[in-house]
Amino acid sequence: MEMQKLYLMVPLAPLVGAIIAGLFCRVIPRWMAHTVTIAGVAVACFVSFVIFQDVMAGNTYNGPVYQWLTSGEYRFEVGFLIDQLTVTMMLVVTSVSLMVHIYTIGYMQDDPGYNRFFSYISLFTFSMLMLVMSNNFMQLFFGWEAVGLVSYLLIGFWYTRPTAIFANLKAFLVNRVGDFGFILGIGLVLTYFGTLDYTAVFAKAPSLASETSIALFGEGRVALMTAICILLFIGAMGKSAQVPLHVWLPDSMEGPTPISALIHAATMVTAGIFMVARMSPLFELSDTALSFVVVIGSITALFMGFLGVIQNDIKRVVAYSTLSQLGYMTVALGVSAYSVAIFHLMTHAFFKALLFLGAGSVIIGMHHDQDIRNMGGLRKYMPITWITSLIGSLALIGTPFFAGFYSKDSIIEAVALSHLPGSGFAYFAVMAGVFVTAFYSFRMYFLVFHGEERFGKVPHHAETVATAKAGHASAHDDHSAHDDAHHASDDHDAGHHHGLAPGQKPHETPWVVTLPLVMLAIPSVVIGYIGIEPMLFGDFFKQSIFVDSGAHPVMKELAHHFHGAFAMATHAVTTAVFWLAFLGVALSWFLYMKRPDIPAAIKSRFGALYTLLDNKYYFDKFNDVVFAGGARLLGRGLWKGGDTGLIDGVIVSGAVHLVGWLSAVARLFQTGHIYHYAFTMIIGVFVLMTLWVTRA
Amino acid sequence: MSGTPLLSLAIWVPILAGLLVLATGSDRNAPLARMLSLLGAVAGLLVTIPLYTGFDMHTPAMQFVELKSWIPSFNVNYHLGVDGISMLFVILNSFITVTVVLAGWQVIDSKVAQYNAGFLIMSGLLNGIFSALDGLLFYVFFEASLIPLYLIIGIWGGPNRVYAAFKFFLFTLLGSLLFLLALIYMYLKSGGSFSILDWHQMPLGMAPQTWLFLAFLVAFAVKVPMWPVHTWLPDAHVEAPTGGSIVLAAIALKLGAYGFLRFSLPIAPDASHQLAGLVIALSLIAIIYIGFVALAQEDMKKLVAYSSIAHMGFVTLGFFIFSAMGIEGALVQMISHGFVSGAMFFSIGVMYDRAHSRQIADYGGVVNKMPKFAAFFMLFAMANAGLPATSGFVGEFMVILAAVGYNFWIAFAAATTMVVGAAYTLWMYKRVVFGAVANHHVAELADINAREFFIFVLFALGALGMGLYPQPFTEVMHSSVNELLRHVALSKIQ
Repeated sequence: MEMQKLYLMVPLAPLVGAIIAGLFCRVIPRWMAHTVTIAGVAVACFVSFVIFQDVMAGNTYNGPVYQWLTSGEYRFEVGFLIDQLTVTMMLVVTSVSLMVHIYTIGYMQDDPGYNRFFSYISLFTFSMLMLVMSNNFMQLFFGWEAVGLVSYLLIGFWYTRPTAIFANLKAFLVNRVGDFGFILGIGLVLTYFGTLDYTAVFAKAPSLASETSIALFGEGRVALMTAICILLFIGAMGKSAQVPLHVWLPDSMEGPTPISALIHAATMVTAGIFMVARMSPLFELSDTALSFVVVIGSITALFMGFLGVIQNDIKRVVAYSTLSQLGYMTVALGVSAYSVAIFHLMTHAFFKALLFLGAGSVIIGMHHDQDIRNMGGLRKYMPITWITSLIGSLALIGTPFFAGFYSKDSIIEAVALSHLPGSGFAYFAVMAGVFVTAFYSFRMYFLVFHGEERFGKVPHHAETVATAKAGHASAHDDHSAHDDAHHASDDHDAGHHHGLAPGQKPHETPWVVTLPLVMLAIPSVVIGYIGIEPMLFGDFFKQSIFVDSGAHPVMKELAHHFHGAFAMATHAVTTAVFWLAFLGVALSWFLYMKRPDIPAAIKSRFGALYTLLDNKYYFDKFNDVVFAGGARLLGRGLWKGGDTGLIDGVIVSGAVHLVGWLSAVARLFQTGHIYHYAFTMIIGVFVLMTLWVTRA
Repeated sequence: MSGTPLLSLAIWVPILAGLLVLATGSDRNAPLARMLSLLGAVAGLLVTIPLYTGFDMHTPAMQFVELKSWIPSFNVNYHLGVDGISMLFVILNSFITVTVVLAGWQVIDSKVAQYNAGFLIMSGLLNGIFSALDGLLFYVFFEASLIPLYLIIGIWGGPNRVYAAFKFFLFTLLGSLLFLLALIYMYLKSGGSFSILDWHQMPLGMAPQTWLFLAFLVAFAVKVPMWPVHTWLPDAHVEAPTGGSIVLAAIALKLGAYGFLRFSLPIAPDASHQLAGLVIALSLIAIIYIGFVALAQEDMKKLVAYSSIAHMGFVTLGFFIFSAMGIEGALVQMISHGFVSGAMFFSIGVMYDRAHSRQIADYGGVVNKMPKFAAFFMLFAMANAGLPATSGFVGEFMVILAAVGYNFWIAFAAATTMVVGAAYTLWMYKRVVFGAVANHHVAELADINAREFFIFVLFALGALGMGLYPQPFTEVMHSSVNELLRHVALSKIQ
């Protein structure tokens, strides 16, 4: 009983904060808004630690909170499943969220929407916690859509910016495409299992899987588990931004940087990864679905990485890197290394939040200029940001002993050991991805923190305003120089928001910004070393994640190769992965520090390739023309052609005209002249007589 | 409590209040008329509360039954009663009447007494429809309720109100005539009974069932409205005053759907099964075709009107997949739509009162001037798009899930509303509310006042309450819905 109250407290504490800050955002002072929300999240974080201790002591929980709905033979409940997987997610979510809350005090300092922002991020924390703590599909879907809502609200936080409100609508709709698959998957689960409760579904799955197939295309039959898993995974593709539903994530960078870190890097986008890991007992039953997962994941991992190479907006580089890393996690899921995916999810949450918050710190230091071509040499002016960003980058590229090394290396090894169709391609993709990741990460790092100081040189003000305006005109394609803090004020030309003026120097950010950086840098270094043994090879996830080690022996074989975290790191220098990453860093150093003329030459030499990458493989253009344009055209056609033209024009007006015509005809007979009537009568008599005479 | 004729009160309290308001006469007494109307509406709501609190959810039988002879020579009775299907609509209707009276408080300033009396009388008549158990009594209420709405559109409506009022009246009258023929047929066939419950038990061959079903279908499809007899609705909404739109969307559209459950399914069960495919096809057309049409709208009221048609498509779809979750989901969708579409039309009315335009293109950046309004409008837009934790989600979720069990591809088609519904609602929201202040009309907008705030809170409580905890709404339906399904599963052909 005691524990159940604690479980409830974890999501409710941030919710209370969100409600207070939200409902009274116009009356309470700023310190009160951030105090209540931070207190709420801090409570959630602390209680999560307590629950973690409890779970480690062997106390898991699965039970209802209240009955949401009953209908027919079905029951829907809101309830919690507290196990190792849940509590891992709870810790990641609450701790990153807490750091982001603190950081926001500094980042949003000048923003008129300060209180509203705190309300939203606490509401997000609540929604995300409900999602991960759920014990059934219905509540999962609740949390799933609720985090989507908050993401929508936060991407469009600066609602006067056309690019922001374009991006948030796009994000919501693309996610809805995923949810479309997701809800059909849930529908199949309910139809065939009769319940949406995880435990009951998982228990029943093996017996149903062996015999049940469903007719989808006429006579063509699909195994039930394949259909369910692929539909559920389509939901994950939306939320976790897998190709081709990835298009919303780069645009989501229109939101303020703290939420890019919290929602679009560390937590919400990993909801899909979490969901598939949670559904491991179902996915294990369909090799087809797993192959699908692997292929989608590897395409995302590699091809989104390429796009990171040509970005010049600091946040967009990190965004593409997030897409690529989400692809890695998805690949891990596909090869049945669910625990490795969750492990990478955790390490990634810390170092990617760190990188985003670091980027945000740079943006503050640069007075809201986000173009890395205008930076350089910042390490002198922003030492804490510099060191922590370096740590984040090293973790991201998989430097031995750093967090990212353990998780990413395990993914690559797992892929190498897999025999699933598609894993060959996946191995190539994740290996090539290592090089690409190292290259774009250090390209950004060198351009921002080292080399020539390029800021304050051009008469910035005029230029960035011009670019921002051009961006507004072309709505969304512009990814050059959005200023991040250009907000709700009507005054578009507030000068100090647009980068450094000549002679101005960047400055280190206040402690509320740098403290979270330091706090996140610590796990970015150590969490992999600490976590790998218990999480991947111990019993930690034994209860939460199911692997059919007969059919998919990847994890078992991986365990054979593992001889301790220290040995793994020292052994790494003899592997190709390490040298690929090293090569990536070296090449970026050579190209951007030593010979900056070469990238320009490559750009003009391979113009077609550059255009392809610059247009992000034309996904946006295609969607714009075919889906958005097509839907509008279809709607207009149906409206003008079907409703106004056919139904109202022909049928309704036709009926009216018919009545009018009939009465006009009838009126002809009512002339009022007696001889007309007499004549008609005579003709009538004549006709009747004729009929009578000829009747025989 | 058992002796109190609650249903009669629910019908006659608003009607008598309406007559009393009418007696205040000219606009000199407008403040008195408003106050009396509000008192009447609130009293009307209060007398319906015991219908819920005193409801026995374990029986499918009619409750709070009143039976008195009305026209003995034709065996017509004043026969009232509600079950789990109809009870909530009586309460919803009485609730909506309160919001409508409040919505017109400062806005309507000519013929105030007549305007409010119209709504109060209509409220009573609508309650009569939901509680009548005598076929002729039902028909009288059904037809009489057209008159106040016709007058409200025709007198307090927009510039094209006469066209809209006529179109509305003629469309619905067309359906009603067939319905009357069906009633007379059943009266004769049953040996002189107008009791709806008798008709439920009456054996019928396949051919008469089919004809009856088609007559009902035309009558109710016009009301719902279903494609292709829906084109009167956008016109009626565009011309109707805000209060008229709220009642039209929240209650009047439910009459047709209610008719399916009270007449079509139980009286012609075999034909219902036989022709389910037809209704399902029309429902899917409503969901998909109308969804796309809504996307193309330039007038906010038309957009919401079209979205109403699409949402009602879920209702008829839910009925005709013959499962408890489908029917209950459809009923939930009907109630939810009462809150959500009512609130959407009210939101548009709030903007129209200030800027005198409903064109999306005339707005932009409303949030800068009306942040409180924008927050409420966001809530209802999300509810309209079926976001979980709002009532809009519950019905869609139940119907889609039930449809998967019936046929995967039907569910697939219905689920497209997840994307299309979000697209038309949020795209409109984006163009109207977000962005920089678009023009001087927007710049002059003032945020909502206390009265408007209060109305929004009422709607929000409904939409959120039902979304977070729908169980109190569905548990009263179970017995009646299960009994209906049991009944519909039995053939009437002898």
